[in-house]
Amino acid sequence: MQIVVAYDVNTETAAGRRRLRKVAQICLNFGQRVQKSVFECQVNQAQLEQLIRQLRNEIDEGEDSLRLYRIMEPRDRHTYAYGIQHVLDFQEPLIL
Amino acid sequence: MLELLNTLYVTTPGAYVRLDHETVRVEADGAKLLQVPVLHLRGIVCFGNVMVSPAVMQRFAQDRRSVVFLDDRGRFAARVQGPTAGNVLLRWEQYEAARSLARSAAIARAIVGGKIQNARFLLQRAARETPDSAESKTLRDCVADLAGILERLKAASEINVIRGLEGEAARRYFGSWDLMIKRDRQAFALQGRQRRPPTNPMNALLSFLYTLLTGECIAAAEGVGLDPQIGYLHELRPGRPALALDLVEELRPSVADRLAIALINLRQATSDDFVTRPGGAIHLSDAGRKKVIVAYERRKQEQVYHPVLDRKVPIGLIPHVQARLLARHLRGDLDHYVPWLYR
Repeated sequence: MQIVVAYDVNTETAAGRRRLRKVAQICLNFGQRVQKSVFECQVNQAQLEQLIRQLRNEIDEGEDSLRLYRIMEPRDRHTYAYGIQHVLDFQEPLIL
Repeated sequence: MLELLNTLYVTTPGAYVRLDHETVRVEADGAKLLQVPVLHLRGIVCFGNVMVSPAVMQRFAQDRRSVVFLDDRGRFAARVQGPTAGNVLLRWEQYEAARSLARSAAIARAIVGGKIQNARFLLQRAARETPDSAESKTLRDCVADLAGILERLKAASEINVIRGLEGEAARRYFGSWDLMIKRDRQAFALQGRQRRPPTNPMNALLSFLYTLLTGECIAAAEGVGLDPQIGYLHELRPGRPALALDLVEELRPSVADRLAIALINLRQATSDDFVTRPGGAIHLSDAGRKKVIVAYERRKQEQVYHPVLDRKVPIGLIPHVQARLLARHLRGDLDHYVPWLYR
């Protein structure tokens, strides 16, 4: 399934900036960055639960906000994108 | 059920593939080319001068994901092998079956039967689609001849007889091959199958596709815990992945051959995509190779009906499904190994 992960991490403190980096890295482990604090992840149910568990372990629930949305598939029919795009479909052939 | 994961192909000379947390990062000339989560990848295939960090190799070997190195012409060079895992009892049965002439012959016969049947489907389809009635007739004759060979195969119980019939079918099949080519027939004439090195574009294209397919079949055998080197149809030879080559046989016509013909007939591959090396060997150019990989990967995503599973499966998973069916047969859960037939 396709999941959009969006977050706000309070970066006023050094601990907050550290949380921000960690949260971004966890999202990168599952998908790709589409905007500064927005990621798209292609995961199965087990991976989704892992992703949520790891993210919730990292954030400070009193300071930060985390939201996950599921995109109706096929993604290209239900996603509208404009402006600068550097998104790659990991399901497409990956040839460098 | 197994998921069809993507394969990362790295053909950029001097690229460096490294592990960054749970992602694979590919860099060249200090710039990032790609970053992709490990969980999306089933394997990495590197062409020519590509560096892979030890961390990537260890991680992939541990997870039983594959890392394969091919030389710059696309020939197999090496693959990263993790610890021997899987079910030792299954491997034991695999060896026992290889020692038994009768069991080996039965499996080999099923594989050759599948291969010939799949070749017939391909020729039949070409015969239907050929406007030229003389050519259509030649193709139908070939289909009938292959049916005759299949009939004789039924009674064959000796491995050498089975191999002989396979050779006869292959000669007959490749003899009619050129009639399936609709565009640039001159340039893409097969003139019989030749390898090491291929000396015309058609042979080069086929060799390249078979290399990719063999890599998948090695991974499929490893994936179910079978030893890819102990096969039934192919003779055992040090370093030869005989079982993987066995699995390749029934997939050749419907996966690789069909794709090769489509690439030519739809003019997706042209003479410009091939280069001649000193000594007369012909290989795909860098651009041609990329085109073929893209087409191959797209083909792997296509869903096809699998009669034994009674459901649709992406073509890319067929080697894995067949390896699993073979494992079930070896364990005694299935009376016969059933090859995959694709119409």
